[in-house]
Amino acid sequence: MPILHQPVDPASGRRRIMAIWCAQLALDRWRHAEGCAPGEGVDAAPLVLVTETAHGPRIDAANPPARAVGGAPGMMLADARTLYPKLEVRPSDQAGDLAFLERFAVWTQRWGPWSALDAPDGVLVDVSAVAHLFGGERRLLADVHDRCAARGLAVRAAIAPTAGAAWALAHYGPPGAVLAAGEDMRACLSDLPMAALRLDTHVLLVLKRLGLKRLGDIADVEEGRAGRDAIQRRFRNRRSPAANPLIRLDQIMGRVPEPLLPVVAIAAPLVQRRLLEPIRHRPLLDKVVEDLAADMVRELEARGEGARRLQLGMWRVDGEVVLRELELAVATRDGAHVCRLFADRLDDIDAGFGIEMLRLRASWSEPLSLAQSDLEAAAEEHGTSLAACIDRLTVRLGREAVQRPVLKASHIPERAQGWQPPLEPERATQEVLAFHARPLKLLDRPERISVLYASPDGYPRRFSWRGDTHDVARVEGPERIAPEWWREKGSTRLRDYYRIEDGEGRRYWIYRAGLAGDGRGGMPDWFMQGLCA
Amino acid sequence: MDLATLPKAAELASVARNPRWRPAAGLALHSEIFAPGNGASGAGAAVALALDGLSTCKPETLEERSVLWVQDARSRKLTGRPYRAGLPETLRHRLIHVCADTPEDALFALEEGMRCRDLAFVIGEIAGNPRALDFTASRRLSLAAEKHGVPLYLVRLDATPDLSSARMRWRMRGAPSAPPRWNIGAPGKPAWSAELFRARGYAPGEWTLREDGHVLAAEPPLPASRSVSEPAPASAGGGEGQATASM
Repeated sequence: MPILHQPVDPASGRRRIMAIWCAQLALDRWRHAEGCAPGEGVDAAPLVLVTETAHGPRIDAANPPARAVGGAPGMMLADARTLYPKLEVRPSDQAGDLAFLERFAVWTQRWGPWSALDAPDGVLVDVSAVAHLFGGERRLLADVHDRCAARGLAVRAAIAPTAGAAWALAHYGPPGAVLAAGEDMRACLSDLPMAALRLDTHVLLVLKRLGLKRLGDIADVEEGRAGRDAIQRRFRNRRSPAANPLIRLDQIMGRVPEPLLPVVAIAAPLVQRRLLEPIRHRPLLDKVVEDLAADMVRELEARGEGARRLQLGMWRVDGEVVLRELELAVATRDGAHVCRLFADRLDDIDAGFGIEMLRLRASWSEPLSLAQSDLEAAAEEHGTSLAACIDRLTVRLGREAVQRPVLKASHIPERAQGWQPPLEPERATQEVLAFHARPLKLLDRPERISVLYASPDGYPRRFSWRGDTHDVARVEGPERIAPEWWREKGSTRLRDYYRIEDGEGRRYWIYRAGLAGDGRGGMPDWFMQGLCA
Repeated sequence: MDLATLPKAAELASVARNPRWRPAAGLALHSEIFAPGNGASGAGAAVALALDGLSTCKPETLEERSVLWVQDARSRKLTGRPYRAGLPETLRHRLIHVCADTPEDALFALEEGMRCRDLAFVIGEIAGNPRALDFTASRRLSLAAEKHGVPLYLVRLDATPDLSSARMRWRMRGAPSAPPRWNIGAPGKPAWSAELFRARGYAPGEWTLREDGHVLAAEPPLPASRSVSEPAPASAGGGEGQATASM
């Protein structure tokens, strides 16, 4: 995503930034979810939204009645309850708030060509040279206010030549403030409190102790003799603007650029068909899915992408929606392949009185460039590609059924092997050191066997497994594998592995769990774990 | 067509007409390996035969192609899953394992695997004689293998040899391994006592197969293993008669 820089010189007067501050975002969203108007229903009583923290629940937002009885954001719930025991409490949803803010930022692009998030509860919109479309900047702000109020959001908005100034005016200025291009910025902003500089709380505390309370105070110090040096010596952090009032001041005045990251809406490729006549039969459905797949292939081709996950939604006449999802092993744009995979998934669909709309959506797509197919090779080769084969197996048998063994960092044999989807790249791991032979196959769970051996820790002589008795002809061992104390309980016993071959040439890998007298149980048990070739 | 010009069945089966099988004799597209379910001898022999078959191919087919290993639920329970650290080094990073629940699913996966041009070979493990694996199913597998040239090694655990269209049918059991050089008391490189009891293009025979470094070596059968082989459940008496009828 490109980072847009504001012009360094605000005097050119071209750049206009609008800051929108949703002052009560969490509460407004909660009211919307509850379906109650402000001050009515549950909202009429004192109510707070809380998050769980390490020290107990902390208040995120408080409605006006709660604020009237002493609750405030940032307070511990226990303290607020001391003031007012009957306080209503609801959990807050910060992730949901952020997701909403992202959608809101896209929606605010109705007033300007691009917008940026100002987490946690604001949006910045570039309204350079667009105000005349709304009848001037005052009317633009009124429009913002009205439309947000219609959505149930209490907002404050302001327009200024820089993002910092717009933010400061929206949060601390008069409602509907507009800082015109030609105006003296310093004079307009000098009455705002120091918090309008968007500084960290500890920096604000230092400034307060220095006696600098308004923006005008610090600007005056800066303009005095050797004033800027004095502030610079005090605040040496040049990396984070939020820790340095000088950088923030320069950003507000437009003396240094403040990069903003615009929000760009990315729509998932989506194709749909509305049907004149609801369909109830499978051949027709297959035909429509085929058409949708062809549409989707064109859509993806235009974007230079291939689908990894596809969702087919079928809207029935009675309003039910049937969803079928498909995940592909690699990005693909092969319509026939997609149709074939969906065909396995459409067997159990109840069409009811008929399906009247179908929608195919690629909720996950990856870049896939156009490739020249090798004409000669295509004529010679037949069969499917590996990715198509994996897709077909996965669709019928499930994701868990088709996997590739990978190494894991562990000494314990069953933990040293993990499973992952077959076409995912393997993580770089240290190769197993080939000191010891390992069996070709490992049982899912070690099976207990009874073994005749020379106590306390001699070679196994004879054992019985699954009802058969095996005489041990050759044996190698023990290979001692200690328990992983950082993962397991202290009472876990060590394992002594033996590679054995019985009289008939069958080779096994067995272990004795524990030693006699190791203080972690009685006599050691023996287990069969691996089968050698 | 004049029937008299066609070779007689007895001639086809005779040792004189058909050469004896030997390692690196070529790629068999559809092999069945009957093995007892109380060991990994069948799977080990399948891997060894597959690598032996691949070594005879052109080098470009030997490149890094994946390998599909399909197991049904019962064979997983009997002999466990493949263990990466114990596989031959050339296979470790390119194994794809498929856990099928039923033999039907396993057969579906085998067939899909054989249709895939990017696979080096397919190993299947199916326990017992499920109804799904009848002559029709094995014929489907043979045709798919022949059409696409992807070899299939189907390990049949604890199964009696029934009707099948497999091109080579083996009976494999573990055999005592040769003692390693440095520790005579330890188990050595894997060895199998193998019986090729039905094959197209080869005369039946018995060998002791040994994994000798990276190649497969065939030796005459051990005299001792012969006596042991008779009571083994995999080579039940009725099996031979049925197999004769199958080809």
